[in-house]
Amino acid sequence: MTDVTYFDPERDSARPVIAVEDLVAEFRTEAGIVRAVDGVSFDIAQKEVFAVVGESGCGKSTVALSVLGLLPQPAGRIAGGKVLFRGEDLVSASPARLRQVRGDRIAMIFQDPLSALNPTIRVGEQIAEVFRAHREIEPKVAWEQAVELLSIVGIPRALARAKDYPHQFSGGMRQRVMIAMAIALRPALLIADEPTTALDVTIQAQILEVLLDVRERFDMAILLITHDLGVVAGTADRVMVMYAGKKVEEAPALDLYRTPKHPYTWGLLGSTTRVDRPRTGSLPQIPGSPPSLLVPPPACRFAPRCPRVQPICRTDYPELRKVDVGQVAACHFAQDPGWGPAPEEVPA
Amino acid sequence: MTEPLLRADGLVKHFPVLRGVVFRRAVAEVHAVDGVSFEIAPGETFGVVGESGCGKTTVARLVMRLVDLDDGTLTSDGEDITRVRGEALRKLRLKMQIIFQDPFASLNPRMTVGDIVGEPLHIHNMWKDGGPRRVRELLDLVGLAAEHAERYPHEFSGGQRQRIGIARALALHPKLVVCDEPVSALDVSMRAQILNLLKHLQEEFGLTYLFISHDLSVVRQVCDRVAVMYLGQVVEVAERDALFDRALHPYTQALISAIPIPDPELERKRRRIVLQGDVPSPQDPPRACRFHTRCFKAQEICEQIEPELEQRCDDHPAACHFAEPRAPVVESPA
Repeated sequence: MTDVTYFDPERDSARPVIAVEDLVAEFRTEAGIVRAVDGVSFDIAQKEVFAVVGESGCGKSTVALSVLGLLPQPAGRIAGGKVLFRGEDLVSASPARLRQVRGDRIAMIFQDPLSALNPTIRVGEQIAEVFRAHREIEPKVAWEQAVELLSIVGIPRALARAKDYPHQFSGGMRQRVMIAMAIALRPALLIADEPTTALDVTIQAQILEVLLDVRERFDMAILLITHDLGVVAGTADRVMVMYAGKKVEEAPALDLYRTPKHPYTWGLLGSTTRVDRPRTGSLPQIPGSPPSLLVPPPACRFAPRCPRVQPICRTDYPELRKVDVGQVAACHFAQDPGWGPAPEEVPA
Repeated sequence: MTEPLLRADGLVKHFPVLRGVVFRRAVAEVHAVDGVSFEIAPGETFGVVGESGCGKTTVARLVMRLVDLDDGTLTSDGEDITRVRGEALRKLRLKMQIIFQDPFASLNPRMTVGDIVGEPLHIHNMWKDGGPRRVRELLDLVGLAAEHAERYPHEFSGGQRQRIGIARALALHPKLVVCDEPVSALDVSMRAQILNLLKHLQEEFGLTYLFISHDLSVVRQVCDRVAVMYLGQVVEVAERDALFDRALHPYTQALISAIPIPDPELERKRRRIVLQGDVPSPQDPPRACRFHTRCFKAQEICEQIEPELEQRCDDHPAACHFAEPRAPVVESPA
């Protein structure tokens, strides 16, 4: 396994690759306006793996699409905030400039590689196309580079396989092709939206290894979007937890798992089935379901499901507060000494 | 041992691969299930685990008699149900019910929740006998409110829809409930709720579960015994703790070692078995041991002689010539 570095203040105080500031993204629906992302900020340093975790509808994929200016049109729009790529705001950038950055400096891979690849074009050709779209390059050289990329991502007999079509590849191999295409131009940031969710567990392990390997090789930063706290644990340097469109916690990976400060974070940790700890008869569970974003709870959005809810949680929105080096949590009580899960909430 | 509630003996199911437009002909066969045997005791939760294409869902459908067997026999409570049809099959449904993976596809969007949950009662002429009351009772059992009966499936979240599916499955007081990936489509927080609910219902009604899953961490949470499948065959069967503490088959060991653990320290220092390559096509499975193309222990014999599923070096059977326990997920400090 590739060596993984943790949060390093010296390295990470340098200018981030991407800085998202107070991002607000909205969708128009028949029932009204849904604020899928509501005032989210974060930044990602060079070579860092930054994970965004949360359940369906928490806004994590919308964050990824907003960074690339790819919100579905015309329903979605960025209603506020900035996405600073090495200091340049992409929200206010021209469509032409966005096209330049997208696929070149910032690339993305999706959950379902089959629908992201063109079924009628040989995979080598699809990768070569990336070069031709962004660089002036001889077709033959582009093809050679495509073959080399396929072998970098671990596709055996790359020379021959480059001539195959997407349907001739298995799910895991297709995801490798997607990664090859995404890293073709050595992007500074790779966005991976649930890259292993559609894959079997033995294949998932392979793909995560490929991601960490290309990160190392090309000094890329990775924005990893996932619902799986296990996947995050093995790959991320820092983690942001989202709930109902809000950022509720952010911390270096080690601290998030060791000392979670938001009850939602530890609720997630507690209710995750795992194989490394003694079994408990019944799993700790978070009651209820996530709120509708059409009418979110007025103050803390987790209050209706929170085991520690207090009157203030239903009247005042808890701003993010610093609880430790690099760790913030949006809970009124996060700074209280001893604040954290009870043993029965996250069994050890 | 008490009489098993269900006995599957040598189940075989091959699906034809059809070609041609006017004259459809079979050009190949997918060996979905190829000689699978197991027994389920009353009140236990028997897990079948494996990756996509291993045949686990086909096993569920064979047991439910939703597809016909090519070979093998199914016995329930001592009665041969392999070929039952018509009225006898309808009777069988009183005893055996299924919960599907996708709570969006398995509920009719045009029916109210009350109609969905009550439908089995109509089919089996039990509606007149307090149908509406039974529906309310069922909704209450799975944690839904009586007034939800008037609503339609689209008004519910994935977790709540799965509750509706569970209520429907319980309507006829079945003994055996086949759970086909019941939590795979759900978010983590919903998943825990549904797993706890299934456990609670089992205790309350003495249910027996056949639990199909691709997720070993879920299997460990709910199952008493587990069969691991690979390319249509069972490669290992064991009590839950024996499987997780002393897995014998290299495939089981690789599966367990690939499960991500939500603990960064542990996760980054574990020794992981990363299997090479993909699962071969079930149309043309490898000869002899089907796992030999990806196995880190493979020797010549594995390509020549098929290893039987039998007791080898430990307390449970494994289909491997070189079966040998491997240290559990977390090695205790020496």
